[in-house]
Amino acid sequence: MSALEIRQVRKDFGATRVLKDVSLSIDSGEFLILVGPSGCGKSTLMNSIAGLEPVTSGQILIGEEDVTWCTPAERDIAMVFQSYALYPSMTVRQNIAFGLEMRKVPKAEREEAVDRVADLLQITPLLDRKPSQLSGGQRQRVAMGRALAREPKIYLFDEPLSNLDAKLRVEMRTEIKKLHLRLGTTIVYVTHDQIEAMTLADRIAVMRDGHIRQLGTPDEVYNDPADMFVAGFMGSPSMNFINATLEGDAGAYRLVIETPDAPRLTLPWPAHRDTSAMKEQIGRRVVLGLRPEHFSEEDIRLTDQAEGTLLTAPVTVSEPTGADILLRLPLGEGEVTARVGPKIKVKAGDRVDLRVDMSRAVLFMPDSEQRLA
Amino acid sequence: MDNVIRRRTLGARLARWAVYAVLVGMALFYLLPLVVMLLTSVKPLEEIRAGSLLALPQAPTLAPWVKAWSEACTGMRCEGVGGYFWNSFRIVIPAVAISTFLGALNGYALTKWRFRGADLIFALMLFGCFIPFQVVLLPMARTLGWLGLSNSTAGLVLVHVVFGIAFTTLFFRNFYVAIPNELVSAAKLDGAGFFRIFWRILLPVSAPIFVVSVIWQFTQIWNDFLFGVAFSAFETQPVTVALNNMVNTSTGVKEYNVDMAAAMIAALPTLVVYVLAGKYFVRGLTAGSVKG
Amino acid sequence: MSTTSLARGVGTNAARRTPAARLQDWLPRLVVAPSFAVSLFFVYGFMIWTFILSLTNSRMLPQYDFVGFAQYARLMVNERWWVASTNLVIFGGLFVVICLVIGAGLAILLDQRIRQEGVLRTVYLYPMALSLIVTGVVWKWLLNPSLGIESMVRGWGFESFQFDWLVDSDMAIYTLVLAAVWQASGFVMALFLAGLRGIDDNILKAAQLDGASLPRVYWRVVMPCLRPVVFSAVMILSHIAIKSFDLVMALTGGGPGYATDLPATFMYAHAFTRAQIGLGSASAMLMLGAVLAILVPYLFSELRGRKHG
Repeated sequence: MSALEIRQVRKDFGATRVLKDVSLSIDSGEFLILVGPSGCGKSTLMNSIAGLEPVTSGQILIGEEDVTWCTPAERDIAMVFQSYALYPSMTVRQNIAFGLEMRKVPKAEREEAVDRVADLLQITPLLDRKPSQLSGGQRQRVAMGRALAREPKIYLFDEPLSNLDAKLRVEMRTEIKKLHLRLGTTIVYVTHDQIEAMTLADRIAVMRDGHIRQLGTPDEVYNDPADMFVAGFMGSPSMNFINATLEGDAGAYRLVIETPDAPRLTLPWPAHRDTSAMKEQIGRRVVLGLRPEHFSEEDIRLTDQAEGTLLTAPVTVSEPTGADILLRLPLGEGEVTARVGPKIKVKAGDRVDLRVDMSRAVLFMPDSEQRLA
Repeated sequence: MDNVIRRRTLGARLARWAVYAVLVGMALFYLLPLVVMLLTSVKPLEEIRAGSLLALPQAPTLAPWVKAWSEACTGMRCEGVGGYFWNSFRIVIPAVAISTFLGALNGYALTKWRFRGADLIFALMLFGCFIPFQVVLLPMARTLGWLGLSNSTAGLVLVHVVFGIAFTTLFFRNFYVAIPNELVSAAKLDGAGFFRIFWRILLPVSAPIFVVSVIWQFTQIWNDFLFGVAFSAFETQPVTVALNNMVNTSTGVKEYNVDMAAAMIAALPTLVVYVLAGKYFVRGLTAGSVKG
Repeated sequence: MSTTSLARGVGTNAARRTPAARLQDWLPRLVVAPSFAVSLFFVYGFMIWTFILSLTNSRMLPQYDFVGFAQYARLMVNERWWVASTNLVIFGGLFVVICLVIGAGLAILLDQRIRQEGVLRTVYLYPMALSLIVTGVVWKWLLNPSLGIESMVRGWGFESFQFDWLVDSDMAIYTLVLAAVWQASGFVMALFLAGLRGIDDNILKAAQLDGASLPRVYWRVVMPCLRPVVFSAVMILSHIAIKSFDLVMALTGGGPGYATDLPATFMYAHAFTRAQIGLGSASAMLMLGAVLAILVPYLFSELRGRKHG
């Protein structure tokens, strides 16, 4: 059963259309993440779901019931805000109980709910403090507690971790994941952090310019991106886009890359990944997308030997991150980033031999930026 | 302003002395009228005629204060300014309470429930802070007449509320604009409505701006003369009008000490407020300083 | 205008909203509506009303025989009006300039890590808390030729000292300047001090590391940063000057004769005591015009500044 359904939702602010007929369906118990650059409409979509901003047209259904024209209170939704939005004049206890109080839940039940949530989030010792006496991480917990106390139909999380420092963010991320597994709640979660999206989501909706560009599992979005935008947005360092010419014919396509001051590189395309659309692009320019981890040191054997083509190039910059090393090298008209193991010993100017794993490469049309193969 | 090390030369030290001299000198300039007012108000009339302005009283007396409070002539009547002092309170207290309350509600509705046209409404209301009140005097007099409020305390309360809302709305709007909207969003999702959010979420954090608004309105209305002189009768006039009448009454011997005592009486409430809550007074001034 | 824009705000889907949602839409408007209606009537309505009165030949009581702009024409040839307007230029000009100089000077001096800064600030600013009537009464006493400052200085041995501006019809206008500056300059100081405290400390440090002397730092670095403060101070002070009424009534009563009349006292005298409602209304409209002439460019630059900022 779908817990939340969004049908053709459109939102205009004056002359600008922020949401362009967005449709989306979320199953009960699903963890859906809305991700995209700032201004893509993800926060507006979130506010529309919550009822904080009326939509221009379209429908929003919660649990099969049309709530498009209901107040936030009538929708039975809880939300965790980026700024936490804790009521400054109330204690933690009162903050958590406020929603229940407004819904006229008897006092004994309210206290029970506060205790349950405090126990769950380990904030019992903080219950009688004011928000101003809490650290950032503690406020974040209280904000979640406030949402959890009510057991609403849907939880909305609006960039809940972005005000925390890096270490705390990773901790809370894990905790949110555990909570979701334990409580089985339906969650819509907005973030601009693609690592959060990859680690937490059951499904990810990548948004841009008021559209959902791709909706899929983290694995689909990462490995099978719908277009260049999604491919470039997910993953860090982001995918390398290399201009190439498509040659050959079905079953034996080749990608030819011209690099200034270097011999041309020919990469064979794995035949089982051919698509019919490729035929029309023979002899034309295409964009080859290779993630940094699709390069590897020459001596590491690829799973499919035949698809590993050797590339030799001078290193312009070498950036060790500890766990591995990022190498920048010229390929095509620009530079690409390759992620290699930490043992490789290279410095700027050295030539390296790298293998390119074409089995996971993707192709795009240069103009429409749509996926070709 | 800075923590930069500077060489302590003779010139620098002299300059420092000069700075203090100027600052203290100016302080004396600002204090002079208050000191003279106080000294004069406790001197007998003969001493004033004989001695200098700044001479300390030889035989200090509170008689001028007593006379100013209950006997001095303001125009035709000789009942002192005491009654008018209370008149001022009868005008100020309801006017301050009502205008602050309305300003708070307006500020809240205009910032946290941003309906279409809210900015335009605010801009139009704000203009009320800027007009010279001469431009509303005559119609106001007619309107008060129609409402049966001419020459009444209630009439003056109405006038001060009407022209005070612009300021109180400005104060509260600017204060509430800085409070995160997410707080209101959270309360909406929690199921609270318009008044409940105001009462439970906004009001508990509004104490500072209430103080600013109350002090500003109190000072403005207490010190008002134009509306008082235009719209009040003898029995209902505020203390500023009574003081002016008293000082400009030209019958009999001019009693400067009584004048000064009456001026002190008229000045005391706002001076006390300034001394007790100077910080908020300044904040109100800079925020609402557009009023003359 | 207001009703249509309000109605549109609810959206075309108003009918489909739940009752609670509709209440939530209308409640804020209902709450603001009384105040807004009051403003429309008492501010805008009254402005129009006064304008209409200024087109009539109303005397004791308002009446509506329209005479076009005759009252304005009368005003233009009224000597007392010209005195009042000239006085406003002199008074306003001096008041604004002197307040700015004193205010900026005191603020800069106070900004030099002065001991007891708080006490000094309190002293400079307290006159702003007083009624202008009180100020007028006190200065009237101080400026009293036979018993005030003049007699005090003479008592110190300067027998020929003269300070009788209050009764000198050429000089009386300057007593208004003196008292008004006394009242408002501390406030200008507060504005400037707030501006100075708002300047990033690092800019000053950088300038001093560049080897600039303290006066040069103030002149070249600090003052340009304070331009907005100067701007709003000028606008506030001229606004005060145009509306000045209380001080004149208490200090000089407009006299000697009508030597210290200002437009505000002119308006009051004609509208309320001399039974010239038409003429008084015309003068009030001109005062409004003067305020707008100052206000509109100010608001314009404020709005533009905010867009750029």
